[in-house]
Amino acid sequence: MTEVAPGYYLALAGLMFSIGVIGALVRRNAIVIFMFIELMLNAVNLMFVTFSRIRGSVDGQILVFFVLVVAAAEAVVGLAIILVIVRRRSSANVDDVSLLRW
Amino acid sequence: MMGVQGEVAAGFEPVLAPLIIGLPLAGAVVLLIFGKRIGRLSGVLACGTIGLAAVAGLLNFIALLGAPEESRSTTQHLFDFISVGRFQTGVDLLLDPLSLVMVMVVTGVGTLIHVYSIGYMHGDPRYPRFFAYLNLFASFMLLLVLADNLLLLYVGWEGVGLCSYLLIGFWFDRPSAAAAAKKAFLVNRIGDFAFLIGMFVLFGAIGSLTIGQINEAAGALSAGVATTAALLLFAGATGKSAQIPLYVWLPDAMEGPTPVSALIHAATMVTAGVYMVARFSPVFEASGGTALTVVGVIGAATALWAALMACTEYDIKRVLAYSTISQLGYMFLALGVGAYSIAVFHLVTHAFFKGLLFLGAGAVMHALDGNTDMRHMGGLRRPMPIVGYTFMAGWLAITGVIPFAGFWSKDAILAAAWVEGNYVLWGVGVFTTLLTAFYMSRLYLRVFEGPLRTPEGTHAHDAPLTMAIALVPLGVLSVAGGVINLPGLLTLEHFLEPVVGESLAPEGALAFILSGIALVVAVAGIMLARSIYMASGAEARRARFVRPMAPLVNGARHKFYVDEIYGRLIVLPGKRFALFCADVLDRRGIDGIVNGTATLIGRTSQGLRHIQTGYVRNYAATFLLGVVAVFSFLILRVVAG
Amino acid sequence: MNDLPFLDLTLFLPLVGALVMVLIPKRWEALLRLAALVVTTATFVASLGVLASFESGTPGFQQVTELSWIPEWGIGYITGVDGVSLWMIMLTTFLMPLCILTSWTIKTQVKPYFILLLTLETGMLGVFSSLDMFLFYVFWEAVLVPMYFLIGMWGHGRRVYAAMKFFLFTLAGSLFMLLSILYLYFASQGSAAAPTFDYRSLVGTPLALEVQILLFLGFFASFAVKVPLVPLHTWLPDAHTEAPTAGSVMLAAVLLKMGAYGLIRFGIAFFPDAARLLAPAIIALAIVGILYGALIAIVQHDVKRLVAYSSVAHLGFVVLGLFVGTIQGMSGGILQMLNHGLSTGALFLLVGALYDRRHTREISEFGGLARSVPVLAGIFLIVVLSSLGLPGLNGFAGEFLVLLATYQSYGWWVIPATFGIVLAAIYLLWAYQRVFHGAVSIEANRNLEDFRMREYVMFVPLVALIVAIGVYPKPFLERIEPSAKQIVRQLNDASVIPETRGLAEAP
Repeated sequence: MTEVAPGYYLALAGLMFSIGVIGALVRRNAIVIFMFIELMLNAVNLMFVTFSRIRGSVDGQILVFFVLVVAAAEAVVGLAIILVIVRRRSSANVDDVSLLRW
Repeated sequence: MMGVQGEVAAGFEPVLAPLIIGLPLAGAVVLLIFGKRIGRLSGVLACGTIGLAAVAGLLNFIALLGAPEESRSTTQHLFDFISVGRFQTGVDLLLDPLSLVMVMVVTGVGTLIHVYSIGYMHGDPRYPRFFAYLNLFASFMLLLVLADNLLLLYVGWEGVGLCSYLLIGFWFDRPSAAAAAKKAFLVNRIGDFAFLIGMFVLFGAIGSLTIGQINEAAGALSAGVATTAALLLFAGATGKSAQIPLYVWLPDAMEGPTPVSALIHAATMVTAGVYMVARFSPVFEASGGTALTVVGVIGAATALWAALMACTEYDIKRVLAYSTISQLGYMFLALGVGAYSIAVFHLVTHAFFKGLLFLGAGAVMHALDGNTDMRHMGGLRRPMPIVGYTFMAGWLAITGVIPFAGFWSKDAILAAAWVEGNYVLWGVGVFTTLLTAFYMSRLYLRVFEGPLRTPEGTHAHDAPLTMAIALVPLGVLSVAGGVINLPGLLTLEHFLEPVVGESLAPEGALAFILSGIALVVAVAGIMLARSIYMASGAEARRARFVRPMAPLVNGARHKFYVDEIYGRLIVLPGKRFALFCADVLDRRGIDGIVNGTATLIGRTSQGLRHIQTGYVRNYAATFLLGVVAVFSFLILRVVAG
Repeated sequence: MNDLPFLDLTLFLPLVGALVMVLIPKRWEALLRLAALVVTTATFVASLGVLASFESGTPGFQQVTELSWIPEWGIGYITGVDGVSLWMIMLTTFLMPLCILTSWTIKTQVKPYFILLLTLETGMLGVFSSLDMFLFYVFWEAVLVPMYFLIGMWGHGRRVYAAMKFFLFTLAGSLFMLLSILYLYFASQGSAAAPTFDYRSLVGTPLALEVQILLFLGFFASFAVKVPLVPLHTWLPDAHTEAPTAGSVMLAAVLLKMGAYGLIRFGIAFFPDAARLLAPAIIALAIVGILYGALIAIVQHDVKRLVAYSSVAHLGFVVLGLFVGTIQGMSGGILQMLNHGLSTGALFLLVGALYDRRHTREISEFGGLARSVPVLAGIFLIVVLSSLGLPGLNGFAGEFLVLLATYQSYGWWVIPATFGIVLAAIYLLWAYQRVFHGAVSIEANRNLEDFRMREYVMFVPLVALIVAIGVYPKPFLERIEPSAKQIVRQLNDASVIPETRGLAEAP
């Protein structure tokens, strides 16, 4: 069985991250933006694992667990906020929620 | 710090000296706090305290007389006052001939005027308060004359000023009284400002403020320092003793109740300046003539200037006020020619007759419901004989008719000026004698002689008992007060010599010639007044007499516009400048910069806050841009090497 | 002598009281007032213990408490008292119960009001008694907060503006001081083993003259704002005017003194060479302040603003005294700090009493009040006279010593300074005349209530002190003198300049 070279993993992670960035910037639906953010997080996770593999240390994998936990917590809070917003104004469009400004 | 004057190590034993000050002070405190409850008895209490103080003063006076001449000076330390490092002062009393003469005048005349006030102030709603102030005044005045150091003297000096303020403004409902009180205090403050600096100069040069040490060290001062110090002290005296240029408060001070005018603005407080100059005569001597010349010239000028204004005034109290200024001018004239003891002599006789004249004027006002305009009065001697005859005694005393008290002292002053070789001062003094005789006769004749006239609705009656009790002794003293310095008999001059040195006096025929001239001039003044106010055809003669001098008379009637000039030249620009500071400099200038800074920051933030759009995606894009920028920078750095 | 730690007791009693008061329900307003009064009175009694165990005649710190706090950073809890701080502490504890009494008329938010006042007291006392720079800075800033809220919540018309201005001015100044303190802290590493915030070790830290000047200016920025010296004074009239009575009293009587105190304790003691070098400039500022404050006071039409500007003038005398470099000046300046606290504190209390009766501070709204409120008018006059420096009352002793010292060190500079007392008489007496004299022109002024029992309780001790210091200043001066002498010696020690130049090895 041949090993996939680490470069491919990194390329995949980079691709995923870029998709995430673009998606988060161009979409207006909060849920979708949220999902793109998750995509970015997971791209980073993939990168961590890859580096961990390359360097032969577990540090990267440990960080992945951190990110997972934080992402979970963030998802809870974020989704809750989005839920409240949707209930209040029956829309998940982030451009509708622009009250926090000058 | 125990200053002992001269070489005398141990003076006589003082007798309860602190009580001289303490009794009136205690009276004042009690009356201030419990006055309402004490009520009618306040007057009696106040008279009692000042009377007992007079007794204490007398006991000390007797003790002093009993002591041999070289030990007639003693100090008594009570407690420490402001003392830091090298600067040490105490509340110390100095009892010597000069201070005790002053104590006798203050307590003696003071007691009489306290008694008089019982009648005069009868029925005033703030009767107890009046006596509280009067007692307070007496204690400060006594502190002033008994102080052993300049600082303590200054405490008394400002203290009497305060009481003067309180008493001038006693009827504070009247805006004019309130304004006069404030004016008196402020003008005095200007003098005190110079006085304070004079004190600093003396301490700087001598290292002590004790009277004894200052006078001892004065001889060693350089003429410049001595002149500076002396002139600064004298500037203080021009405020307190109402001399040019700070005399303007005294005429206005007549807004106060008349006993106040008698006690404070004639007999005692205003003479404090004379006392002070006499007290520090060595400092004035040390300036080598300059300071004394200034004192003499200012004194003579004031005497003449005030006398001119007195000649045209119709308000009986104001005539007396100008007369007081003028007489104080005489005293400074005497000081200026080095005749310190004679100045004190005139101070004493003046206290008698001017106190009497004011009390008499007060009795007239009392009888005529507070009227003071002499144009509405006449022939009052018949309905009020006690007042009339005592006033007559005062009038003759001040005009300088032999043998009344004023003759002796005024004559001595003029003689001293002549002997000193100061013929100009002598001339001014003699001319002022003429004016004095004229305006006082004008006052006396118009009010007490001729046909009876009273203001409408008033009914003249003689002074009540308490007022008469004060008038009669002062009348007697005005007649016979001159005996305290009768040549060859009792001599005040000799008594004061250890403190202020000898005064020059003419000898032989010259003495009689000079006295004769003064006497003739005085009588001429009286005759002049009689001819244009009393005798038949006076009206026409008066018109003829006045016409050539119309501008002068008109000027005098407007007090030579001095108040207006001060107002224009000093008060108004000062106020404008203050307003400029407050509105322009402070509010728009300094605070403008402060608020301007705040506004600038505010504006900037106003502009910057528009970056905050509220759109999440804007923030995300900015975020991305930032990340890209940072990374590009880092990468470029790595690439570049 | 030190049977009880009176100083620390004094320091923390108000804070403890404030914490206890937090537990009292806010509806029980009477109890809250009473509790505040009891606490502050107890504090005053405790401070009497400080006074009683104070030994006059020695210059150093007494009743020192030393506890370690954050030893790693050389921070300790060190408190002590000397002749400079003693009267400031006494002044604070003495005035505080009076402030509580005058606040009887506060009707809104009673609970936080009194809690803030008590907290303020601990803060102020802390400033005067800390001997650790860190502790000092904590207290220094801690004073700002309660005062900010006192002005901002219970003040008059433009209270928010005034509170903000006050806060920003003082804070801006304090930051420079913090930098200087930190520099000193690190500089002390050279002389002692470890860096320390202990004031006693920091005094005498050798510093190059240039450094001294910079650090001095850092402290000076903070203190000059607080004093305040012209032209950094414009927060003062606003803050004083808009603050509630108790706030004005504390501002004038104590907070301004914190600035003057700081100048002595830190400015001069840490950087004697810089202080000596800059003294003429500071004295010039002080004299300008005396005249400028007085001139502006003359034309004020708001009584409180007038008193506020008079503070600018009076504090000019204080600073003048501190920097002329003689023992008379220093002692006079310190005494004047106490005197100004009493006189101006009393003036603000009296203006507050007028305000309670008429709800206005405009001079033109008054007139003829001596008829309707004779006792108030009488007390007001005594305080006015003390403020204008009438001999025999407290104001004179301090001013006289300061002016005497000015003449001795600076000769004719004394003339403009002395002219300040003439101006003081003008603005005070003119205002007094317009408020109390003349006929009653406005009906509302005719039937006002004169002093009540509560006000007698407030003013009788004040007036008694005013007279006592004026007649017999010795007990006050003799406690100040040794400390003043020591500081003056530091200031004048001419040998210091060449020495520090050689030791210019600060980090």
